[in-house]
Amino acid sequence: MTALERSSPPPGLPRRGAALGRVVPPVGVLLVAAAAGLLVGSLRSAVFAQLTVQGLALGAVYGSLALALVLVYRATGVINFAQGELAMATTYVAYQLIQWGLTYWQAFFATLAAAFVLGMVLEMALVRPVQHRSTIAAVIVTVGLFVLTDGVVTWIWGGAFKYMPSPFGTAIYHVGGVAIARLYLGMLAVVLVSVLLVWALFQFTKLGLGMRAAALRPAEAALVGVRVDWMLAIGWGLAAVLGAVAGLMAEPSQYVLEPTLMQPILVYAFAAAVLGGLESPAGAVVGGLALGVSLNLIVQYVPEVTSELQLPFAFAVLLAVLLLKPAGLFGRSAARRV
Amino acid sequence: MSPLLELEGVEARYGPVQALHGISLSVEEGSIVAVLGPNGAGKTTTLRAISGTVRRSGRIVLAGRPLERLGPDRVARLGVAHVPEGRGTFSELTVWENLRLGAYTRRGSLAPELERVFSYFPWLRERRRQEAGTLSGGEQQMLALARAFVQRPRLLLLDEPSLGLAPLLVAELFRIVRELNEQEGLTVLVVEQNAHLALQAAHAGYVLEAGRVSLSGPSAQLRANDAVRRSYLGY
Amino acid sequence: MRERVVTLGSLLAVGAALAALPFALSDYNLGLAAQVGIFFVAVLGLNILTGYTGQISIGHGAFMAIGGYTTAILSRDHHTNLLLTMVAAFALCFLLGLLVGLPALRLSGVYLALATFAFAVSVPQLPLKWSRFLGGRDGVQTSQTVSHPWLYGVAWTASALLFLLAWLVLRGRVGRAFRAVRDSEIAAVASGIELPVYKTLAFGISAAYAGVAGSLFVLATNGYAQPSEFGVALSLQLLVGAAVAGLGSLWGTLAGAAFVGLLPNVSSSVPVIGSEHGQDVVFGAAVVLVMLLLPDGVAGALARLRRLA
Repeated sequence: MTALERSSPPPGLPRRGAALGRVVPPVGVLLVAAAAGLLVGSLRSAVFAQLTVQGLALGAVYGSLALALVLVYRATGVINFAQGELAMATTYVAYQLIQWGLTYWQAFFATLAAAFVLGMVLEMALVRPVQHRSTIAAVIVTVGLFVLTDGVVTWIWGGAFKYMPSPFGTAIYHVGGVAIARLYLGMLAVVLVSVLLVWALFQFTKLGLGMRAAALRPAEAALVGVRVDWMLAIGWGLAAVLGAVAGLMAEPSQYVLEPTLMQPILVYAFAAAVLGGLESPAGAVVGGLALGVSLNLIVQYVPEVTSELQLPFAFAVLLAVLLLKPAGLFGRSAARRV
Repeated sequence: MSPLLELEGVEARYGPVQALHGISLSVEEGSIVAVLGPNGAGKTTTLRAISGTVRRSGRIVLAGRPLERLGPDRVARLGVAHVPEGRGTFSELTVWENLRLGAYTRRGSLAPELERVFSYFPWLRERRRQEAGTLSGGEQQMLALARAFVQRPRLLLLDEPSLGLAPLLVAELFRIVRELNEQEGLTVLVVEQNAHLALQAAHAGYVLEAGRVSLSGPSAQLRANDAVRRSYLGY
Repeated sequence: MRERVVTLGSLLAVGAALAALPFALSDYNLGLAAQVGIFFVAVLGLNILTGYTGQISIGHGAFMAIGGYTTAILSRDHHTNLLLTMVAAFALCFLLGLLVGLPALRLSGVYLALATFAFAVSVPQLPLKWSRFLGGRDGVQTSQTVSHPWLYGVAWTASALLFLLAWLVLRGRVGRAFRAVRDSEIAAVASGIELPVYKTLAFGISAAYAGVAGSLFVLATNGYAQPSEFGVALSLQLLVGAAVAGLGSLWGTLAGAAFVGLLPNVSSSVPVIGSEHGQDVVFGAAVVLVMLLLPDGVAGALARLRRLA
């Protein structure tokens, strides 16, 4: 597009984001092939099938947090390094609510509401002032938030392990010789439903359209009457909700609740988000699932890669994507911003 | 009848640079007013001052409501549709979504509105699902106009609509603007480099130079004015 | 460091204060002062990277780890003189920094931050995997430990030497090139500066500094190099220190080093919130506040004050 055909934002208002993620046909082929491979492997080996299911469940968690990161990035151009810690903090809130007598699902929804409010407040208080400053200022603020959140959680609840009731029980289904824990199905279901709801919000509602417009071109969005500030705050709120879902679903898989719960998951979420393309919501989710399954299978079938190497593996993936295809599998914009 | 829009002593700056040094103008309801002048005269800034996308001071009144302290989204909700230079369409969204955004500030069903839009821009109907960025420049300009129309504004601000468009398209665009003005009573304030076209379509005009109004009057008068003819009409 | 900023007066004042401190402070507090010295070195190095060439790294804790483990392993296996191990750490980390700087060339802004973050999280995992050589969870210990006065002396001497080195490097062509890169990469390339060389060099230098800081850090923790000491938090602290310091000011760098070296320890004595658990709250809140109020760090604030005066 020529310069004439691209709008020039008035001075002082930033132009945000780029293309919506779209499935590039070669990627689609890749995914279908991968899915076919997983299916075949699962049919041939019970262990493979179990690892796949578990990988998908864990991957869903990574994808949920990755989606939160992408939402925040698209809306405000900031990578929130504290997204994982916030997710962890909201999980502790759920824990406390349960201690105070709420049922798991009551606490679950109450926590989502609390997360939404928290996300909005943080955007208004912390992000707005630094949004237009240098990247590093924004990064540092979220880093400070990381430390602050950690501090607040350990201050209130201490660092000892806490136990939360599992929302899905310990039931195990046996399907054709394959043992599938209800936990994993539950994790997958909850995350996918949440993601679908958020997607529907963005695609089909006026609010969602306003949010997309505000993220894409804030100046032009304001001209049609979109309250850009509120849209960004709501974006952060939704991201916090997705993070809370990730935290709540991560906890049962680790069996205990403790402050470092989400730290490795944040790294996996980064890798997933980058893999999918930092500006692609669909990519983040697919990236998460792909990463979850890959990690599980590789640790099982490649002897040199033991479980301690999962994080370095995720780092390797992250680096490889950034160096080879910075836009990620689904993204369109270049990683290099000059 | 008091004018729909009145500006008095409006000043605006971009950082340390002052772009408007006290602009005063008025726009009667139901009229088309052109803003002419050389590059850098402050034409675009005047529109931005009205829509609130630049810091400004002075009096800006729309149908009795003061606008000078309001941000762009408030101004939009009060009934001002600003089609900025470069169109301001959302290339990443579909034609349909762009139009939908036009109705963002309005409640109620969009359907009757859209029918009216399609009657002026029939070709948009088939392109609903197309990504706006894949339209040609001229089509995007039409889309921007259509979206502004969906807003059902009291005042339409058009910034350099002819920029980058082929002459036939420009003529078509102005034809539609005039039609909207005559049929729907839409009040238009248009900034244009193409003085000839602008004065043909407009009822009145203002000439800006270096951030001030240097000439104003009914368009016939401006067209006959020697200075205008020499500088902007080329004869 | 701009020559204007580092006046002889400032240097003498700081030097005198540093010389006097060992006589005024208790052994415990001397240890804290040594820690500030350690962070001074690391922050100085990181500032060269982030401040001067604009490359954000949240991974320099990993270089500290590498430096620290170098010292620990050389000492454990070969009983090498500790000061020599620090030189080795410097050299090794310089080379590794250059290596890391190469892929970093293709990343910028948040992408680099992400990649270095992942780097910082991953490197501490490696000792867990190769535990025979790298000590696993328990880590590696040096064959000798050092006293607080020793640490203080070496840390601040190293700081002084490395500060001098930085000053020499930055006032010359290299420094000008660095500044050009930061201000506008496009303009820098246009004026013939070979970006890759300077950006990689900056990575190498900053990594080397971090390596030395890491050596000292291990010595400060009783000679133990453990994965838990070098978690992500350390990299975050370094970045915070560099941001608080701001660019191009001796006082700024001191402030940044003091901020991350002292605040976490001192904040446990803050009433009400202060406690072993509360100190993170204070530190985190302080970080957020400082970044909101002083976006250019202490150096920026000082520059602004000077302009007003």
